[in-house]
Amino acid sequence: MTRPAAIICLSRAAYYNGDRLRRRFFPPQNHALPDEIMKLCQKSIGPLAVAALACLIASPAFGAEKSKAVGDKELAQSLEALLAVKTKGVGNVAASEAWQTVAAAAPNQLTSVLAAMDKADPLAANWIAAAVETIADRQLKQGKLPGDKLEAFVLDTQHAPPARRLAFEWLVQGDKTAADRLTPGFLYDPSPELRRDAVARLIDEADALLKAEQSDKAHKVYDKALSGACDLDQVKKLKAALEKLGEKVDLQRHFGFITHWKLIGPFDNTDEKALDVAYPPEQSIDLAAEYEGKPNDGKPQTVQWIDYATSDDYGVVDLNKALLKANGVTAYAWGEFESPASGAAEVRVGSANAAKIWLNGKLVHTHAVYHSGSNMDQYSAPVELKQGRNTLLVKILQNEQKEDWAQTWDFQLRICDSTGAAIKSETAESGK
Amino acid sequence: MTSRIVLLCGSLLIGVSAAGADWRQFRGNDATGVAPEAKLPVKWGVAKKDAEEGDKKAEANEGLGENVAWRVDLEGRGVSGPIVVDGKVIVTSASGFKHDRLHVIAFDAASGREAWHRQFWATGRTFCHPTSSVAAPTPASDGKSIFAFYSSNDLICLDLDGNLKWYRGLGYDYPTAANDVGMAASPLVVGDTVIVQVENKGESFAAGIDTATGETRWRKERDHAMNWSSPAVLKGKTPNEDVVLLQSPSHVSAHKPATGEIVWSYATSCSVIPSALGAGGMVYLPAGGLTALRPSAQPGSQVEVVWKEPKLGPSSPSPVLHDGRLYVINGAPALTCADAESGKVLWRLRLGGKFWATPIIAGGHLYCVNDQGLVRVVELGDAGEVIAENDFGEPILGSPAISDGAIYFRSDKHLWKIGK
Repeated sequence: MTRPAAIICLSRAAYYNGDRLRRRFFPPQNHALPDEIMKLCQKSIGPLAVAALACLIASPAFGAEKSKAVGDKELAQSLEALLAVKTKGVGNVAASEAWQTVAAAAPNQLTSVLAAMDKADPLAANWIAAAVETIADRQLKQGKLPGDKLEAFVLDTQHAPPARRLAFEWLVQGDKTAADRLTPGFLYDPSPELRRDAVARLIDEADALLKAEQSDKAHKVYDKALSGACDLDQVKKLKAALEKLGEKVDLQRHFGFITHWKLIGPFDNTDEKALDVAYPPEQSIDLAAEYEGKPNDGKPQTVQWIDYATSDDYGVVDLNKALLKANGVTAYAWGEFESPASGAAEVRVGSANAAKIWLNGKLVHTHAVYHSGSNMDQYSAPVELKQGRNTLLVKILQNEQKEDWAQTWDFQLRICDSTGAAIKSETAESGK
Repeated sequence: MTSRIVLLCGSLLIGVSAAGADWRQFRGNDATGVAPEAKLPVKWGVAKKDAEEGDKKAEANEGLGENVAWRVDLEGRGVSGPIVVDGKVIVTSASGFKHDRLHVIAFDAASGREAWHRQFWATGRTFCHPTSSVAAPTPASDGKSIFAFYSSNDLICLDLDGNLKWYRGLGYDYPTAANDVGMAASPLVVGDTVIVQVENKGESFAAGIDTATGETRWRKERDHAMNWSSPAVLKGKTPNEDVVLLQSPSHVSAHKPATGEIVWSYATSCSVIPSALGAGGMVYLPAGGLTALRPSAQPGSQVEVVWKEPKLGPSSPSPVLHDGRLYVINGAPALTCADAESGKVLWRLRLGGKFWATPIIAGGHLYCVNDQGLVRVVELGDAGEVIAENDFGEPILGSPAISDGAIYFRSDKHLWKIGK
């Protein structure tokens, strides 16, 4: 290309695409000056001046990008500063400085940065993820994204699910075949997001088969999708599709809702004061006992445990129906869960009422919020299950709000792993 | 080399002077929702086919209607408004089944090209009503940094190139600070403090965060009740006299932005969605309709109730003040214009649809967009007259932004630049 032709091309590129040109010559972390220059050029000077300026700034003398290599030791120290951030802003100042170093890491250091997310709490994970994105964005634009390393990282399920997901998202940006190649293998993945992609792909496949009037094949693919599905929207969609094909889907069992309970109440919760009042069920469980409950119209009331099994698809226990509709009250639900193995699990509860939950006598969850919305999996408590019999005690409190929408007094509870996949009780009752 | 630098520095100065105006937070830089000098189109064309044609056409800016400079697709969902800072349009959104992927996206205002895109994982609660989104609060900026805030109470500070400066998980710090309808109060920058209001039935508070470091300068307990109104500013004669207005269901209080020290408080039953407006030494508070307060600058002094007008109660949009007149949209819905000095109603104009977005005023026109994306342009005067209707055909809940002769609207799906 002749020099005038190069200038004309450069001027056009700069005039119509100043941002891209600026990025070509200046890295993202060092372009405050070029930003202003390019704006000025586009607004005030015109294409020829832009071209001249572009030649000028591209010259080595001007100081175009000086890549600063980050040593492995320096990178490790900086990552430690990111991992040291704590709640309430502790460590933010040191992390802010360290972040600049981490974000300048080289392509071959990208997976080391990703791996630091394995040790990170949710706060530190975001600091590190932001650095990963900055590094990956730069490397993608330079054509240096290390696809092989990213793919190996994604496939190593020992890494933290958010880190693997992030690696996958950048991998597919650089490798258009990666999603098709890898996603089918994510159906039972520890990353809920990767798993969701696999389920979505199977739903699409089954929908297409159904459209092609291959209902037997579609049925099998829907079944396969359901086996890995944890997210409510996907499960609902699969239930609808399968039931059209004649298969009944047991949502209680799929999600692992506890359906069989012993209930007792009402106890007093006037003025929302009972959250920390330990009524007898909190002191010991005696399913044959009777206690003094909240007086009914000023008359003394004795309460005792009753059996209750919910038939609701989502395991909702409506205490207004199971007991007596009331306000300013609290009730307890006691249940058993036969775990197939010991290990980490989550107790997930949904309720518009304040609640406390004990697993095997240990308090694992408290929320003091009334009528601020209710959803499945609204609250999640990490727990350790024992192999065999585990006991659950749930305290659900209703306040005295008068609004129609504040009359709900219910809860739903299930036990699952960190992806949301049900851990199913081995007894016919309780966990069904 | 020296001469080159001199050339560049000289150019820089010209460049800065040529830069367009920013719109840095909910209701603009002064949080009043007014850009009086801006000259904006009143009519534009958003043919439905434009919205259906997909990404490629949008990227090429082909087939867009009259006065539509560009339109881009957005990832995830968001009901926050856009802001404009140093030639970049910033939007937030949330994606994923749990709405827990938080996005901050910057677009070049001139071309609509994506300048950068950063994602984070929410550290607080992410349940919200389907109408809303985890990306409900409008982000804010001090011109150097962006402060993106979410219903999960994650507060993210990025520089204008998308580099992380600091990260606060206020929902992680205070796990019960949430309501599962969704939080929505937008952050406010006053001086070098970013103020967030996290009022709910759990851990309920307002906090002032150092814009440079992300450290908490102050934190004040607030009413334990659901509240979606945003902090507002009442400008003083000097920046040192600026106060932050925090509106709660039971009262409104004024605080020094840097310390949180309370300057005055006024007990009254306030609305919990529309936000107070501070301008000209007055506070226009959505309470008992609309209440005009005149606070004294002296600490501990009484607040004077200048007037209270039940007919001026706003629904979800906040009141706007321009040229001595107040404009509110009520639940009817109707746009009501009132004299700011007396509260006297001057005229009403019937509108259609439901409104979430706060209207804005530019060049003698009020732009109001209903929840179905129908923008009415009202010529303001002795009476209000709708002089144009522009239908985006998509739900819009966030307030638009104005910058450099253009107005920016965002829906869940798209961000539009209307104007030059």
